[in-house]
Amino acid sequence: MSEYIKLALLAAIAVLAAIAANRAHDLAFMVNALTIMAAAAVAFVWVLRTVDEPRPARLDEYNDGVVRAGAIATAFWGVVGFLVGVFIAFQLAFPQLNFGWAEGYMNFGKLRPLHTSAVIFAFGGNGLIMSSFYIVQRTSAARLWGGSLGWFVFWGYNLFIVLAASGYVLGATQSKEYAEPEWLADWWLTIVWVSFLVAFVGTLLKRREPHIYVANWFLLSFIVTIAMLHLVNNISIPVSFFGSKSVQAFSGVQDAMVQWWYGHNAVGFFLTAGFLGMMYYFVPKQAERPVYSYKLSIIHFWALIFLYIWAGPHHLHYTALPDWASTLGMVMSVILWMPSWGGMINGLMTLSGAWDKLRTDPVLRMMVVSIGFYGMSTFEGPMMSIKAVNSLSHYTDWTIGHVHSGALGWNGMITFGALYYLVPRLWGRDRLYSLSLVSWHFWLATIGIVLYAASMWVTGIMEGLMWREVDAQGFLVNAFADTVAAKHPMYVVRAIGGLMFLGGALVMAYNLWATVAKQPARAALAAPIPAE
Amino acid sequence: MSKKPVARKPDPSTTGHEWDGIREFDNPMPRWWLWTFYLTIIWGIGYTVLYPAWPLVNGVTHGLWGFSTRQEVAADIKAFADRNAPIEAKLVATNLTDIAKDPDLANYTQNAGHAIFLTWCAQCHGAGAGGAKGFPNLLDNDWLWGGTIDNIHTTITHGIRNTTDPDARFSQMPAFGEILTPEEIDQVANHVLAISGQPNDAGLAAAGTKIFADNCASCHGEDGKGNREFGAPNLTDAIWLYGGDPATIKETVTKARFGVMPAWQGRLTEAQIRAVASYVHGLGGGE
Repeated sequence: MSEYIKLALLAAIAVLAAIAANRAHDLAFMVNALTIMAAAAVAFVWVLRTVDEPRPARLDEYNDGVVRAGAIATAFWGVVGFLVGVFIAFQLAFPQLNFGWAEGYMNFGKLRPLHTSAVIFAFGGNGLIMSSFYIVQRTSAARLWGGSLGWFVFWGYNLFIVLAASGYVLGATQSKEYAEPEWLADWWLTIVWVSFLVAFVGTLLKRREPHIYVANWFLLSFIVTIAMLHLVNNISIPVSFFGSKSVQAFSGVQDAMVQWWYGHNAVGFFLTAGFLGMMYYFVPKQAERPVYSYKLSIIHFWALIFLYIWAGPHHLHYTALPDWASTLGMVMSVILWMPSWGGMINGLMTLSGAWDKLRTDPVLRMMVVSIGFYGMSTFEGPMMSIKAVNSLSHYTDWTIGHVHSGALGWNGMITFGALYYLVPRLWGRDRLYSLSLVSWHFWLATIGIVLYAASMWVTGIMEGLMWREVDAQGFLVNAFADTVAAKHPMYVVRAIGGLMFLGGALVMAYNLWATVAKQPARAALAAPIPAE
Repeated sequence: MSKKPVARKPDPSTTGHEWDGIREFDNPMPRWWLWTFYLTIIWGIGYTVLYPAWPLVNGVTHGLWGFSTRQEVAADIKAFADRNAPIEAKLVATNLTDIAKDPDLANYTQNAGHAIFLTWCAQCHGAGAGGAKGFPNLLDNDWLWGGTIDNIHTTITHGIRNTTDPDARFSQMPAFGEILTPEEIDQVANHVLAISGQPNDAGLAAAGTKIFADNCASCHGEDGKGNREFGAPNLTDAIWLYGGDPATIKETVTKARFGVMPAWQGRLTEAQIRAVASYVHGLGGGE
């Protein structure tokens, strides 16, 4: 019966999307509507072909299919996101790469949000959803709740990414950093995200363990907070139901404050809390050691989620934002230093008694370096939030370097580690295809990040000093163009660093593919849930 | 040397829970971590007492030190404004032509003018004032509207062909594509190539001489040496605002050009305009 309701719903969506595409006011909206129509049509055919087929209840097995799909999507979007990043890094170094024939589609301004969203939301988001589904099942000893709800989350989330990305290139944007998607994509993401929450909490409630494992606290806080951030920062009124443009509810400094409350907590809950959830599962599993300190995990968890939510105003020092908000943002950011480091300590100290494994296990080495970059960028962040430091660093490339040592070093490396851990297990292979390729990936990525971060420190501090340089009579010494010219060599270094990081990701993609394609599978792919 | 077995401390006790094989040690929080955390909290409380921090029902706490970023930047600006006030007053009171003769004013306008140039002018004329296609080079002695300091001051104050200042310098070259045939444009372009000493088709250039006299000479002069009354460029030298190759000359004649410069009065103070005028005048081409 439920299949017939699904069919009716999908058919209705396809027809409505066709009507919307026909009446669209702009190209971005038309392409979005056609994408939805195609997605609904494909889903319709798929449901139709399986209707009334007997489906065995597999409640004694984990739902690993959706995790496998997530692993593929994570690797795929990672390569796409890094590729776009490398291209725009070369565009900055060599502006001729903003080709005349592609103006309006492939110029830096259009591709930059495509890069950030592809890396954070497509690569990071798929990595988080994949890990959440894997971790919550394993640590609850329960199958993912909600039947095929997990599949809806996976496909729905990736549909959101396609809607957002095609919208950017065709000019649909709210012009809010990391919240660029327009209302249609936002509404769709809300539905998907609530489903994600429901599937996750449903599994937790059904768990067969007496306690909830620490990784799940972090993952749950990530899912709940992102829902709240997304809803508040995207309050807007569509100009038309057949156009992509919407009008923001907030304006001026209120809009800026809401935007950076969102923006910084996207860092705090998406890129920090969510990935700490990954760290708390994959590091002890890979090291085969217990977590260092339960007490530390409780205290740093609650301190982290309490403090992060205040830190947003440090993005708006020395602006129209009132001084009191600026102060609070800075103070909370500095106090956030130790709670952030709690995760680093718990991760690193989990290796005590197993440090020798770093010599032999490049996957563990990758995870450890990622925790190291986490520690470095969560020290750098509070430091940059201090007003006096921020007056030098703000608007400079230092910020870009900071973001990338966090994103490439922490988020990237821990996700690579998770993929290396998961792929052999998910596809029933005994081991990775090649550990030496993992080492290649490790070194390419690590050296790439070092080149990236170091070059951005140099240009950032240099341009900050050049901007503020005044002569004895109070006149500025440098033209803006002088600072741009001075940065060119470091821009080339940065692009090369990015290229190395991309190269490492391609090595990983090959290694993961070969792990599955070039090695024999164990007999049964399905993972049974262990009996208590 | 024989390897000694490494003495490893026994593992601490765990919390007794286990998830998918993961256990947790019952280690205490590291002391240095805890104390640093406490210290940052104490520092944070102190900071919010001293600086504006907490929102209240009808206002905010302003902090014991009464700090304000707005007052801070106003004080910074005022310090320099006060220091420069006497010399700026002197600059405004001095005849433009006498500025360069006064060592203090010359020094001041050199520094201030340079900074103003980098902030407001370099976008079009280049940080080194070398210009770009459509934006004149200010280093040479070829001036469209005159190169005395008075001319330059007027140009900066009112701008060129803008719609915001009624006293802006104005002239408009007709688009000869609507007046002359393509053959005639080819001929007059060859005439221009001839008078600027470039390779040309002598036959076409000869035919172009009369077209030039009938259509162009009223602004550019019989001899093509230009006229500053109209900002009409000298066509006989090797300096070109848009380009001196045959294709560009034909494009210019066909479609005309309409370069715009904003008026700076209202945006810059009189002292700033005088400073940047002196700076530009002193770049090498000033008359």
